[in-house]
Amino acid sequence: MSADDLTPRQTEDGLHPEVHAPSDESARGPGGERLQHAEAASKPIRADAPREPQPRGAKVRGNRPIDQAEAAERFLAAPMHQKAHDERLWDVRRKRDVAAHGIPEWEELREIASQIKTHTLTHLDHYLEQFEAAAKANGVHVHWAEDGAEHNRIVLDILRKHGATSLVKSKSMLTEECGFRHFMAAHDIDVIETDLGERIQQLDDEEPSHVVMPAVHKTRLDVAEVFARTLGTDPDNDDAHYLAESQRETTRPLILKADAGLTGCNFAIAETGTVVTCTNEGNADLSGNVPPLQIHSIGIEKIIPRVEHLGVFIRLLSRSALGSPITQYTSHFRGLRPGTEMHMVLVDNGRSERLAMEEFWTSLKCIRCGACMNTCPVYRRSGGLSYGATYSGPIGLIIDPTFNKRKYSTLPFSSTMNGSCTNVCPVKINIHEQIFAWRKVLAEEHQIPLLKQGMMKAAGAVLSRPSAYRAAIQTADSALRILPRFAVYNPANTWGKKREMPHAPRQSFHAWYRRNRMKKGSDA
Amino acid sequence: MRIGLFVPCYVDAFEPEVGIATLELLERFGLTVEYPYDQTCCGQPMTNTGCHAEAAATEALFVKNFSEFDYVVAPSGSCVHQVREHLTAIPQTDAVKHVRARTFELVEFLHDVLKIEDLPWAEFPHKVAYHSNCNALRGIGHAQPTELNRPFFSKPLNLLKKVKGVEIVDLTRPDECCGFGGTFSVFEPAVSAKMGYDKVTDQARAGAEYVVSADSSCLMHQKGCAERLGVGLKYIHIAQVLNGAAA
Amino acid sequence: MSARETILARLRANRPAGDFPLPEVPTFEPLVGDDLVAEFTERLGKMGGRVERAGSPSDPFAPVRSRLDGAAVIASAVPEFSGNRDLAALAGPTEVNDVDVAVVRARFGVAETGSVLFTQDDLIVNAVAYLAQHLIVLLDPADILVNIQGAYKRPEFGQAAYAVLHTGPSATADIEGVLIHGAQGVRSLTVLLLQRKKQAA
Repeated sequence: MSADDLTPRQTEDGLHPEVHAPSDESARGPGGERLQHAEAASKPIRADAPREPQPRGAKVRGNRPIDQAEAAERFLAAPMHQKAHDERLWDVRRKRDVAAHGIPEWEELREIASQIKTHTLTHLDHYLEQFEAAAKANGVHVHWAEDGAEHNRIVLDILRKHGATSLVKSKSMLTEECGFRHFMAAHDIDVIETDLGERIQQLDDEEPSHVVMPAVHKTRLDVAEVFARTLGTDPDNDDAHYLAESQRETTRPLILKADAGLTGCNFAIAETGTVVTCTNEGNADLSGNVPPLQIHSIGIEKIIPRVEHLGVFIRLLSRSALGSPITQYTSHFRGLRPGTEMHMVLVDNGRSERLAMEEFWTSLKCIRCGACMNTCPVYRRSGGLSYGATYSGPIGLIIDPTFNKRKYSTLPFSSTMNGSCTNVCPVKINIHEQIFAWRKVLAEEHQIPLLKQGMMKAAGAVLSRPSAYRAAIQTADSALRILPRFAVYNPANTWGKKREMPHAPRQSFHAWYRRNRMKKGSDA
Repeated sequence: MRIGLFVPCYVDAFEPEVGIATLELLERFGLTVEYPYDQTCCGQPMTNTGCHAEAAATEALFVKNFSEFDYVVAPSGSCVHQVREHLTAIPQTDAVKHVRARTFELVEFLHDVLKIEDLPWAEFPHKVAYHSNCNALRGIGHAQPTELNRPFFSKPLNLLKKVKGVEIVDLTRPDECCGFGGTFSVFEPAVSAKMGYDKVTDQARAGAEYVVSADSSCLMHQKGCAERLGVGLKYIHIAQVLNGAAA
Repeated sequence: MSARETILARLRANRPAGDFPLPEVPTFEPLVGDDLVAEFTERLGKMGGRVERAGSPSDPFAPVRSRLDGAAVIASAVPEFSGNRDLAALAGPTEVNDVDVAVVRARFGVAETGSVLFTQDDLIVNAVAYLAQHLIVLLDPADILVNIQGAYKRPEFGQAAYAVLHTGPSATADIEGVLIHGAQGVRSLTVLLLQRKKQAA
């Protein structure tokens, strides 16, 4: 790439005239307030922040269980990142509350959305056939893929048939599931992510940490470092406007010369064969409207029956995700542009198997809004990469084990099961109850550490025998030795590392009761 | 009306005053309260870890202790949630079903069953931050969680309003989990403690002198965090405040 | 067995037990007041767009004149304005890359969100709505619908090859939550309220 490609429109002072300075009024409303819409935060840019290396995600070692707690601890050890991450996502959660409380029928909408999804999922064969027929009638080529590998092969075949070697794409969690980028790189296809956050992650060779905000775990200093290294930007300029503009200017030529464009799918409409994408940057529309070959990858659970149902889901999606009433772009791809070819790939990748899991199939209702992540106090403090999986946060805890029970066996334990995720879910997935249910399944199938299960067995033995229990907590000293360690049977005192131990009372309630309320003392 | 008192294991061992206040408070309303002597635990540490088989004997003991009562009352939303929603490791006999349906957390028992109107003995002239235990809030419906677009209500705040002198202060993140999470507190200690620190900081920033909750487990965790941070907040169970604790 | 047959067979075999009927969606009350222009204007403003009332009949484009005057390449998809790049004559979408300002007309607006709808017929070249630096959108005030639910009852969604709701300009906040317009698409979107010309036969 030439230097001209990097900064084709730069002016002498180093900034394109369209680059917004932090004080620029276009980012403010008529009343002077910073605009709150879309993914924007209300706080101004930090000035002169000190440097702190970005904490990296979980160590992935083949099939071995992910140690989320270990990665989370490293994230917490980077306080600037942790604080920015927590505050940013809490801000989004707060905006989501404001948006939800602005709609009187909000809870009814959630219920209707949930019912539409459960209905569709239980009639998915019918609706997929309807979708396929409608799409074919629109002149679209429809493909079916049993798993991620087949999806990747299908797309590669399409590209090869057209002699295509470059592909621009918009953000798609499905393609993350499929390992699409890595597969294509191995087959000499140049894949370019066009969502800013996703592009940052691609350039940094890191997975997205959030389904809606892929680089939310990074500070602008991190981005400046990545862009300086990969795009040749000024390493000392960490102005977000400059960085975003640099990405725009370097990606635009790649979009213009791409042989193919690929998008994911937020909703697929059975009656019309339409693929709907919801983005804020307009990059799905660039992917779908500029290259001569257009591909849409669709998880089969994205089907909804009718156009009118978008009137429910579109109202819920962005309000849940970011607190904005709608995304900047809601795009409906139904037929091809003259002289081009359009393909849709329907991907199963474990979804039809999940449908058989009585306690877990309703996780297929998920519309990937990320609200459960934003509200999750554990996610906000540990970062999405700590989960070492495509899906992080609460929804990840219940989806990831369906892909690999052993590797993701620890994830359902990375939760306090506080239930906030369930309450913000726009399609009413009982996320925290499924987390609880997964723990049971994993314990029954011996996918939790033997030590942990052994502790619980010992705890159960003591707690089911009054005399043993009584002996264990008879004196304050002995109780302190075992409680709360007793309740959890943890050999290392992980409680006391970061918190003070409870103080010893003079006597247990039991002893008090015996002394004060029973006629005769008992040694029971 | 036979009322059985369940005193959770950590209250028994570490916060006996909470058990005493619960007993005395119920007696102030003229109730006869029995304390089954062989009680231990509700089984939550095991079921929360997925180990239901390992919880079965403890659950059976709980039912055996409490099946004779019309009401079982416990000063813990978390334990009551376990009994009501998750006591499933043993066959669901009539006795089990009876116990699960008749177990109440103290606040809801006072608010919904006794429908108490006055607490003339109670006075607590302090700035109070109320902490909702997540199981109490979202599991058994103590109050309206902020996530839902439904009319506000709060049973514990309704009760605290009957206590002379209480001034409730607002937290910036009122429903945020404090990070105790049962076994989570020791299996994921770094995140747990950070959540606790953030909660304690929020309480201090709000100007609270006392933090009141219906769950001793959360209070124990928060207190441990506050002491480590050197924040001079005091933690007290709602049973003690309602029973007229002078602080 | 093909992937198609395998997937469909598994979906049938694994269908969860129970009856899950498709719910009726009730018609919800509008969230907006009766003054749809005011509501539309306020909501689009919150999404980073601007709304201008048309100038005098002799110069309806007066409110956006400075934008137009500063543009070297203007592509117009509307009869009310003549640009200097003929969209209908282009060989492909990449030829709109140097467009500074595109002028297009919206099928309708949505007051609830401040959105405007385009189909491929309104844009002539779909990509112009993204590759142009700035977008000027003509909207007849009579074409403003109350809400999103109403919008999805419109026939365009079942008929158009491409239909898109724009709600403000391209935006991102992927770097530290800082709001930036013109992430990949247009840097600004201005709606000019201008009655639709009666189509000459």
